Amino acid sequence: MLLIECPWCGKRHETEFQYGGEAHIARPEHPEELTDQQWADFLFMKTNTKGVFRERWNHSNGCRRWFNAIRHTVSHEILAVYKMGDEPPKIEAGEADK
Amino acid sequence: MAKYSIFSIARNALNNHQDWPRQWRSPEPKPDYDVIIVGGGGHGLATAYYLAKEHGITNVAVLEKGWLGGGNTARNTTIVRSNYLWDESAAIYEKSLKLWEGLSQDINYNVMLSQRGVLNLAHNLSDVREGKRRVSANRLNGVDAEWLDAQGVKEFCPVVNISDKARHPVLGATLQRRGGVARHDSVAWGYARAADARGVDIIQNCEVTGLRREGDKVVGVETSRGFIGAKKVALVTAGHSSVLASMADIRLPLESHPLQALVSEPIKPVIDCVVMSGAVHVYVSQSDKGELVMGAGIDSFNSYGQRGSFHVIEHQLGACLELFPIFSRVRMMRSWGGIVDTSPDASPIVSKTPVKGLYINGGWGTGGFKATPGSGWAFAHTVAKDEPHKLNAPFNLDRFTSGALVDEHGAAAVAH
Amino acid sequence: MSRVNRTASGGRIDRSKIINFTFNGQRYRGFDGDTLASALLANGVHLVGRSFKYHRPRGIVAAGAEEPGAMVQLEEGAQTQPNIRATQIELYEGLTASSVNVWPSVDFDVSALNGLFAKFMTAGFYNKTFMWPKSFWMKFYEPIIRRAAGWGRAPDKNDPDIYDQMHAHADILVVGAGPAGLIAALEAGRAGARVVLVDEQSEPGGSLLSQNRKIEGLDSSDWVAKAVAELRSMPDVRILSRTVLFGYYDHNYLCAVEQKTDHMPLSQRIGKVRQRVWHFRAKRVIIATGAHERPLVFADNDRPGIMLAGSVQTYANRYGVMPGKNIVLFTNNDGAYETALDLTQAGANIVSIIDVRREAAGELPTRARAAGIEILNGYAITATRGRKRVTAVEIRAIQKGARQYTSAGRWLDCDLVAMSGGWSPVVHLFSQSQGKLSFSAEKSCYIPNISVQSQDVVGAANGTFDLASCLLEGQFAGNAKSAGLRKISVVEPTEGQMEPFWIVPGSVPIGEGSAKHFVDFQNDTSAADIALATREGFENSEHVKRYTLTGFGTDQGKTSNINALGILAGLLDKPMTEIGTTTFRAPYTPVAYGALAGRNLGRWSDPVRVTSIHKWHQENGALFENVGQWHRPWYYPKPGETMQDSLNRECLAVRNGVGVLDASTLGKIDIKGPDAAEFLNRIYTNAWMKLGVGRIRYGLMCHEDGMVFDDGTTARFGDNHFLMTTTSGNAAAVLDWLEEYLQTEWPELKVYCTSVTEQWSTISIAGPKARKLLQKIAPDMDLDPETFPFMSFKEGTVAGMAARVFRISFTGELSYEINVPWNEGLAMWNAVMAAGDEFDITPYGTESMHVLRAEKGFIIVGQETDGTTTPQDLAMNWIVSKKKPDFIGKRSFTRADTSRGDRKQLVGLLTEKADEVLEEGSQLVFDQFAPIPMPMAGHVTSSYYSAALGRSIALALVKGGSGKEGEKIYIPLEGKTLTATIVSPVFYDKEGSRQNGEI
Repeated sequence: MLLIECPWCGKRHETEFQYGGEAHIARPEHPEELTDQQWADFLFMKTNTKGVFRERWNHSNGCRRWFNAIRHTVSHEILAVYKMGDEPPKIEAGEADK
Repeated sequence: MAKYSIFSIARNALNNHQDWPRQWRSPEPKPDYDVIIVGGGGHGLATAYYLAKEHGITNVAVLEKGWLGGGNTARNTTIVRSNYLWDESAAIYEKSLKLWEGLSQDINYNVMLSQRGVLNLAHNLSDVREGKRRVSANRLNGVDAEWLDAQGVKEFCPVVNISDKARHPVLGATLQRRGGVARHDSVAWGYARAADARGVDIIQNCEVTGLRREGDKVVGVETSRGFIGAKKVALVTAGHSSVLASMADIRLPLESHPLQALVSEPIKPVIDCVVMSGAVHVYVSQSDKGELVMGAGIDSFNSYGQRGSFHVIEHQLGACLELFPIFSRVRMMRSWGGIVDTSPDASPIVSKTPVKGLYINGGWGTGGFKATPGSGWAFAHTVAKDEPHKLNAPFNLDRFTSGALVDEHGAAAVAH
Repeated sequence: MSRVNRTASGGRIDRSKIINFTFNGQRYRGFDGDTLASALLANGVHLVGRSFKYHRPRGIVAAGAEEPGAMVQLEEGAQTQPNIRATQIELYEGLTASSVNVWPSVDFDVSALNGLFAKFMTAGFYNKTFMWPKSFWMKFYEPIIRRAAGWGRAPDKNDPDIYDQMHAHADILVVGAGPAGLIAALEAGRAGARVVLVDEQSEPGGSLLSQNRKIEGLDSSDWVAKAVAELRSMPDVRILSRTVLFGYYDHNYLCAVEQKTDHMPLSQRIGKVRQRVWHFRAKRVIIATGAHERPLVFADNDRPGIMLAGSVQTYANRYGVMPGKNIVLFTNNDGAYETALDLTQAGANIVSIIDVRREAAGELPTRARAAGIEILNGYAITATRGRKRVTAVEIRAIQKGARQYTSAGRWLDCDLVAMSGGWSPVVHLFSQSQGKLSFSAEKSCYIPNISVQSQDVVGAANGTFDLASCLLEGQFAGNAKSAGLRKISVVEPTEGQMEPFWIVPGSVPIGEGSAKHFVDFQNDTSAADIALATREGFENSEHVKRYTLTGFGTDQGKTSNINALGILAGLLDKPMTEIGTTTFRAPYTPVAYGALAGRNLGRWSDPVRVTSIHKWHQENGALFENVGQWHRPWYYPKPGETMQDSLNRECLAVRNGVGVLDASTLGKIDIKGPDAAEFLNRIYTNAWMKLGVGRIRYGLMCHEDGMVFDDGTTARFGDNHFLMTTTSGNAAAVLDWLEEYLQTEWPELKVYCTSVTEQWSTISIAGPKARKLLQKIAPDMDLDPETFPFMSFKEGTVAGMAARVFRISFTGELSYEINVPWNEGLAMWNAVMAAGDEFDITPYGTESMHVLRAEKGFIIVGQETDGTTTPQDLAMNWIVSKKKPDFIGKRSFTRADTSRGDRKQLVGLLTEKADEVLEEGSQLVFDQFAPIPMPMAGHVTSSYYSAALGRSIALALVKGGSGKEGEKIYIPLEGKTLTATIVSPVFYDKEGSRQNGEI
C-alpha cells in the first residue's frame, strides 16, 4: 500500500488512486501523418523502466486530478510528484538508485 | 544422464544416496556458443532442451543472473490449461498441454502434473455468454471443454458456494478436465537436468549486462563474468523482457507489474480441482502438500520489486471467501510476488526482432507457467530455423504495427 | 489427572483458577495464565503430534511463535481451526484440541510405518519416481500423496465468527513489548509522540516474563508492570496485546492481527469480533521483536522431551511448569547455564550440562559449577533413546569440525533435554521491509545491516543480547534527544562468547546409518537431505530450501533456516557470509483468511446499486440481472409463465401496445464548457459541431486502437451544454476516460464533466401507444411528431413533475425516455403505470430489451463487441466521419489488419428451422466437414426467439460477412450440425416506419 502525495490533497493511501502508466507519452498532434510503425510506437510501446520512472496517477477517489510522479520501480520510493504540464523535476539517478 | 526410477532410488538407498550425480553441471562459460539463452527460468530451460532435442543444437548456454528457476517459475500458482478463446492461443497452449502430458517421461523427471480439472466460473450473463463461446471454440479447436451449470459446478467442486444470494452468484463454469497443476520447481530442475544431459551449459550467477552487436547482427553478450560470444541470442527473461530488449535499443509493448500469490497452511484435501474466477479475481487449487494455493489480480503499478500491496491480497481473500466460505478459518501461511510483463492483448511475444540473430520470448503476463513446454518448443524452432513456427507466428512483434492482436482480455462485462 | 510437572510456586499463572480442557479425548486441568502447551507439559504430556513424512513422535519444542511442531486441531465443528500451535493457545475453560494428521491416534499412528522407508523418502525423491506406468501417477501415486499430506482439517461449515479491520496512524509504531520495546515506547510517549505498541503475547514484558532480572532495583516483572502502567496513563499511547504484527510493507505500512476472543471460552465469544486486522501507517517503526533460540542438530534430536533451553526456562519461570525431572542441557553458549540454575532452584535434577565449547569460564558456568552441576566441556550428544519421550542420551567428546567422532560414548538417563544453539534475531519484519541483513561472525547470526524505511531495530532483534544494551538501544530509538540522560541500572549475568556449532558429527558420515539429524522438525528435513541436495547440485540456499522443503512448514523455518544455512556452509566449505539467507515473507505467523477479508463479504464485498424504482420491481415479481454493480430487472414472470412466455408477452406489448423499462442505470454525464462540442467531436467517431440545441445524436466511442469502447446518445441543451449517456456498466470508465483526455491531452479545452447518473431516474416508454400514454400525463407538452421529432428532447411537466423527455428509441418503436430527479423516479413510474393501465402497459426487463433491439439489429457493447471490434466491423461505417481529420481511434482504422476486408463483420443469421434458437457464443464454420481443428468463421453474439417475427433470430460476427448475405453457414454442435443463412442484421421494420408510432 503505497503512500502517494497528491499535489492538491497531500499524502493518501494508494487505494485512493488509479494508476496511469508511463508519463509524457503525448498523443501525436497529427496522427494521420504518422507511419503505422510510428503510430504503433505511440499506441503500445513502453519504456518500462527498471529504476527511476516517470508515471501518471489519478486521485480518482479524491480530487480526481491527474498528476505525475517520479517513482523508483524497484524500491517503490516516490521521489517527486508534479502537476500535469509541469516540467519533471531533475532527479539524480545515482541518488535514487542507492 | 543417470536414469531416475524407483530402482535407482532403491539402489542408491543401499549406499545411503552417496552416489547421486549432480542434476546439472556447473560449468565455466566457454568463449562462445552457437546459441545463448538469457534467462534460466522454465521457458529458457525448455528452449534449451528442445533446441538440443529437436534441432540437435547443443552448443548452447543458458545464462541465469541468480539461481535457475528463481524468477516467475518459482512464484506462480502452477496452473496448467489450454482453454483459450482464439485459435492462435488455443494452438500454442494446447501444444503445450500435450507436451505437459508426456513431460515427466520425456525428461525422466516427475513434474507432478496433476490433471484435476480447471473450472472458470461465470458470475453474470455476460460471463455465461463468454464461457459458452470459449467452450464452443475450444471444441472446434480440439481442446477439451465442457460447460457446467451451477449445479454441475457444485457436483464437480462441492466446496464452491453456488447460492444465488451470493453477491456474485455462480451461474455456471467452463471445465477443462485435462487442466490442472504441476510442481513448478520440478519443471525448471527437470528441464535443466535434461538439457544439461544433452550438452547444454547452464551457468548460474551470470548476469547479462549488455548485448554486443556488429552492424545489425548480434555477436554475443556482456555478462558479469565477461563477454561471451554467440551466433544467436535468445532473450527469455519474463518480467525483465523490456530491460534486456532495451540493451538492443528495442522497445516492447510491455509493462512489468507485481503479481501476488499466497498459500495457506497445509490442510487435508478439501478441493480437488482448480477454480478460477476472473470476475472476482481469484484462483484456487490445493497442492500435493495440502496448501491452498491462490493468486490474485496484478497490482496496478509498474514494478520490478517482486512485491505488491497488501490490499490486493485482502481483496482477493474477500473474493475467495465469497466462493469458499468454509475457508474462513484457514490461515494464510506465506505470500509473495513475482514480476509479470503484461502485453496490450494479454498474449505473449515469441518473435524474431529487428536485430539479426536476436530473438525474444516474453510478455506472458500472468499465464506463462502453463505455456512453458509449448513456448520452449516453438521458440527453439524459431531460434534454430531463424523463422517462427506456425504456432508462434501470430505472436510476433509486428502485430502491434499491423493491429493483428490476439486479444485474450475477453469482452468487457458490459451490457445495457 | 495430576499435574505432575508443576513447580511448587511462582510463575504468572493464577493457581486459584483451575481451567478444564480436553486433549485427544482425555480431560486435563490447567491454570489461568497457561498456554495449551504449558498445561500439557504440566500434565506430563510431551507427545503431541507426529512428523510429516516419517510420522515420528514429536513433542513441544518451544514456548512461542517459533514452535516447529505441536500443532493441534483446535475445537470442533464450525469453530474448528487446523494447525494452531499449542504454544500460542491461551488456555480457556472447556478447550478441546486434538493432534493433527495421525491415525488412528497420536500414540499409535499407522503411518509411522513410513519410517521403514525413510531411506527411500529422501529430499526430492518424488521427482525421481512415480513416473511409470504413466497412468499410475494420477490414479494411484498422487492420491496417496494427497491423502498423506496436510495437517489439520478445514471446517466443513461456514464460519460463525465476525472479523473487522482498523486503520491507524502512528508517529512511532513499536513492535514487541519486551524490554527494548517497552522502554522505546516509554521514551517516545514521554516525548509526546503518538505511539502504538504491538505485542503478540497475552501481556507485555517479553523475555522479562521468563528471566529474573533487576531493573532500576525492581524485579523484572515489577518493572514491566510499572512501565505498562505509565504507558497506559499516556493519552496518545495505545497498547495492543495478543496482536501479531505480521506484515511490513512499503512506505511504512504495516499490518497486524489482534486476537480479541480466542482466549475466551466459546460461550463468551458469541456476537463479538473474533479478530481484527490493523493497518498502520507509521512515521517511524521500532522493531523490537527479540530473538529465537536455535536447536542443535544431533542424531535423533527430535524425540519428545528434547526442547529449547530458553523455552524450558520460560515454562519454569513464567508458567510454573517443570517439563522434566532429570534434565540434560546441551549448549554452545552460556544461556543454558542460567536455565540450569533456574531449574535447580525450582527443584529439578540437572543430570549434566553438555557444552560443545572446550572452555566455559564465564559468570554463569562458574555459578553452575558452584551449584554442583556436572559440566562436560568439549562434549556433545551423539545419540538419543526413547520412543515417545527421550529416556537417555549418549555423550562423547567431540572434535570441532570433524565429520565423524572417534571417542567413546556413555549414556546418561534423562527425561528432558534442554538444548541451545544460540539465538537468531527475529529479523523477519526488518527483512520484509526490504532491509538488508548481514551475517555477524562474532555473534554468529544474521543482523540488520541497511534499513530502507524509516525505522530502528533494537534489542535482541538487532543482535543485542544483554539487557542493559537492549534498554539503551530502546531509549535511543524512542527519543534520541533524551536517551542516555537517564541511565537505567540493570542486574544481569554477563554471558561469555558463544561458539557456532551447526551439526554434531556421527559415528558414520551424515546420511549413513539410521540416525537422523533433524534440521526442520516439521518437514522432516535432516542434515542428510541437505547433503544430498548439495551433492545433486542444489547449492544456492533457495535451491536447498526448495529441494529439501526446509523452512516451508507452518513455522516458516523460524528455528530451522539458520541451521540449514550453517550446515550448507559447512558442506560447501564457504563462510556463512557467502551463503545468504532465503527471503523472509509475510505473514510472520499465519493469519486467518476471515480476518483478512474482514467485513468485505456478501453484500459488502462489492456495492450493490439499485434504482429508485427497485422496490416496485421487487414487489412485482421481477427477476434481476447483475449489470456491473447494478441489479436490473431481467424480466417479470407472471404465475405459470416460462421465461420465454414472459419475454414473448413483454416484447409483443412493446410492438403492439406500450411497454415500460426502468432505464435509470444508463450512465449520464453532464458536459459543459465552451469547448464541449469540440471535445465530443474528438471523442466520438461522428460529427458533433452542428448538432442543434434540443437535438440528440447517437455516438460511438473507440479507444485509440480503433476498437469500439462504448456507445450512447448525447443531447444538446445549449451551445455549451450536453448530456451524454453511456452503457450502464461502463459509466464510470467513460467518465474516467473523458477526464483523462481533458486533463492530460487537451488541457486547453474548457470542458467540465460531471456524473449525473444518480441524479436522474429514467423511465422509458416504448410502443405504438407511447405518445397517447405520454400525452395523457403531459397534456401541456406538444408531442406532434413534426415539432417533437425523433432524436430530440423537450423539458416540461409530466405527471405534475418537471421532466426532461427524450425521444429516442432502442426498440425501433416510438419511444420516450422520461427523466425526473432520482427521488421522483418511483412517483413517475407509478404515474406512468396508472396512466398506462388503459393501454395495458407492460413493464419489461433487460432481456426483452435485448430481444427488441436485436430484432432491429442494434448492437450492445460487450455483446456484439469484445474489444476487437471496429465500427466498420459492426457495419456502422455510417457513423464514422470521413471529414474529421482526427478523432480517437481514427488513425488505427487504416492499419494493415484493421483495414482488411475479410474481418469479422456483423450479420444476421436465420436458422433453417424457425424454432431453433442458437446458443449465444456458438462458433460458426463455412466448411462443416473440415477436420478438427476446424477453421472458424465467427460466432453468434446474440440469439433469441422473436415473438414479433414468430421465429428465432441471431446476430453474429462472421469473416467477410458483409458480403455474404444469402450464403449458408454452419454451427457444429456435439453430435449434430445446425445450418443458418446469413442475412441482414435488421430483422424487423427495415424501413424504420414504426418510429412514429400511432398518431
